[in-house]
Amino acid sequence: MDLFEYQARDLFAKHGVPVLAGEVIDTPEGARAATERLGGKSVVKAQVKVGGRGKAGGVKLAGTPDEAVARATDILGMDIKGHTVHKVMIAETAPEILEEYYVSYLLDRTNRTFLAMASVQGGMDIEEVAEKTPEALAKVPVDAVEGVSIEKAREIVALAKFPEEVAEKVAEVLVTLWDTFVAEDALLVEVNPLAKVASGDVLALDGKVSLDENAEFRQADHAALEDKAAANPLEAAAKEKNLNYVKLDGEVGIIGNGAGLVMSTLDVVAYAGENHGGVKPANFLDIGGGASAAVMANGLEIILGDPDVRSVFVNVFGGITACDEVANGIVQALQLLADKGEEVSKPLVVRLDGNNAELGRKILSDANHPLVQRVDTMDGAADKAAELAAAK
Amino acid sequence: MAIFLNKDSKVIVQGMTGATGMKHTKLMLADGTNIVGGVNPRKAGTSVDVDGTEIPVFGTVAEAIEKTGANVSVLFVPPAFSKAAVVEAIDAEIPLAVVITEGIAVHDSAAFWAYAKSKGNKTRIIGPNCPGLITPGQSNAGIIPGDITKPGRIGLVSKSGTLTYQMMYELRDIGFSSAVGIGGDPVIGTTHIDALAAFEADPDTDLIVMIGEIGGDAEERAADFIKENVTKPVVGYVAGFTAPEGKTMGHAGAIVSGSSGTAAAKKEALEAAGVKVGKTPTETAKLARAILAG
Repeated sequence: MDLFEYQARDLFAKHGVPVLAGEVIDTPEGARAATERLGGKSVVKAQVKVGGRGKAGGVKLAGTPDEAVARATDILGMDIKGHTVHKVMIAETAPEILEEYYVSYLLDRTNRTFLAMASVQGGMDIEEVAEKTPEALAKVPVDAVEGVSIEKAREIVALAKFPEEVAEKVAEVLVTLWDTFVAEDALLVEVNPLAKVASGDVLALDGKVSLDENAEFRQADHAALEDKAAANPLEAAAKEKNLNYVKLDGEVGIIGNGAGLVMSTLDVVAYAGENHGGVKPANFLDIGGGASAAVMANGLEIILGDPDVRSVFVNVFGGITACDEVANGIVQALQLLADKGEEVSKPLVVRLDGNNAELGRKILSDANHPLVQRVDTMDGAADKAAELAAAK
Repeated sequence: MAIFLNKDSKVIVQGMTGATGMKHTKLMLADGTNIVGGVNPRKAGTSVDVDGTEIPVFGTVAEAIEKTGANVSVLFVPPAFSKAAVVEAIDAEIPLAVVITEGIAVHDSAAFWAYAKSKGNKTRIIGPNCPGLITPGQSNAGIIPGDITKPGRIGLVSKSGTLTYQMMYELRDIGFSSAVGIGGDPVIGTTHIDALAAFEADPDTDLIVMIGEIGGDAEERAADFIKENVTKPVVGYVAGFTAPEGKTMGHAGAIVSGSSGTAAAKKEALEAAGVKVGKTPTETAKLARAILAG
């Protein structure tokens, strides 16, 4: 989960990374009180999860509380690279900036460890730095057990060739930033820029944090950081039912068991769609190994509620779960939806394979539901589902 | 021969007494796995009757090894306790730890991987978030259904559980030497490369099927490895061509970030290494069949 700048700022502050004061508001009028609390001046910063806010006009100085209201009025509702601004941060104005640096920690999947990155060329896109002047970006592996002590931090600072007068201060920031990374179960913590200001201090002026959703079992307060307003309503509804669902832009609704099989199903449907007017998968939905009637009903309800869906492909490989249970689940799910008074009018193509496939297929045939068709191969069923979506 | 697991493997189950652990202990036993014990500190000294087989419960992995000679542990431990359980298995120097658990925080898996490395990698970790591995007709360590296929000469390595089952099913008449589900998390203990190297060295494996998916660069690195080190034919499949950028597709590691981790790049890298890559699981199985038929 990627966070907004203000949320990153709050987490940095919590773990001792030096930041400026700031608070988030969602109405222009809120800018006035917030700016007054900062002594009458502020920076009004659009909160969107995309880079290049400044260039897009999403960051403005305000010399008075009235001006802050005017700037907030301009920025709220603005579109920045397809992201609508719903919130702005009213931040303390930075003291005179002398230099801008970059520091981050992230997961290095390739080497199965963490990586510290640091550069004295901050304030710009770090991928650009990595490409144009790779020697200016220090990349230092960090052992997940040993972590970042002040000695390790000094090593990173030396490798990135920070000027001597800020070296110790940057090292201290690296230690507190590591604390943030670990304590918050982050996948990425990035400060850009880390600014050297006139007083000689270093300050985190902007930052990015991405959190590991698998850690929610010990990070109870992270759920509150989720941007519910931005979530697709179908994705939000699916999440409430504990379904693993991603909305896509096609017409064939997909239900399957197991993440890999569902990803594969999307691809197979997209290939089949090439022969049927270019129809595509409408979603990713993994109902997991169990595939009980209740879970199947929940999944079908979400997918049938998607106005883009014109046909549904249920692709299940019976592993531990037997196909007869899955078939009963589908029949019961359709009954459950009918009992709830929901109109089920979209055709379903069901492919069952694996454990007890014959029994499962027989259950579907016997139920003889007018909307359910059985196709017994994955490629054949994908073709049928695409054809039905194209025909509607 | 097979890889990592055979009829002589003595298997313990960490988290055996939980509902999932118990369910799969039964299934593993039914597949002929030699399960010699469970581990649960709160139930140490007791035993559990699993369909007529009496299985002793030990307080620690070290004790289980000492009393039974166990050399494989399968872990069904909830995410919050997985790191401690894997560290315990590493400290006991069990040769193979199969971590089935889904939803382990990446700071925990990175930590137990770093710990295993610091201890000289005496414990091979498979997973987390994986279905385990099976050597049909000999032993089953995890949750792969034992009745899909029979012993044979295909080796399979896959990030995905259900695609493992699908591929075993497609090629069920030929059979498998071993099938290894390495898991879909960003940090995993055994990689495609580890399994490829083991299958290359296994005299009972004639052909290798490798299943990958979006996220990371494991498939690209496996392609480089194949080019240099694998003489046996390899057939590949990659899932996730239609996955949008920036969205996690079920597996914590299955995410395209910017332009990295795409299925297209993985397919291209594998093909450049001489691997035949199928468009669908069925087509992939056909490619394998054609090669085996000569």
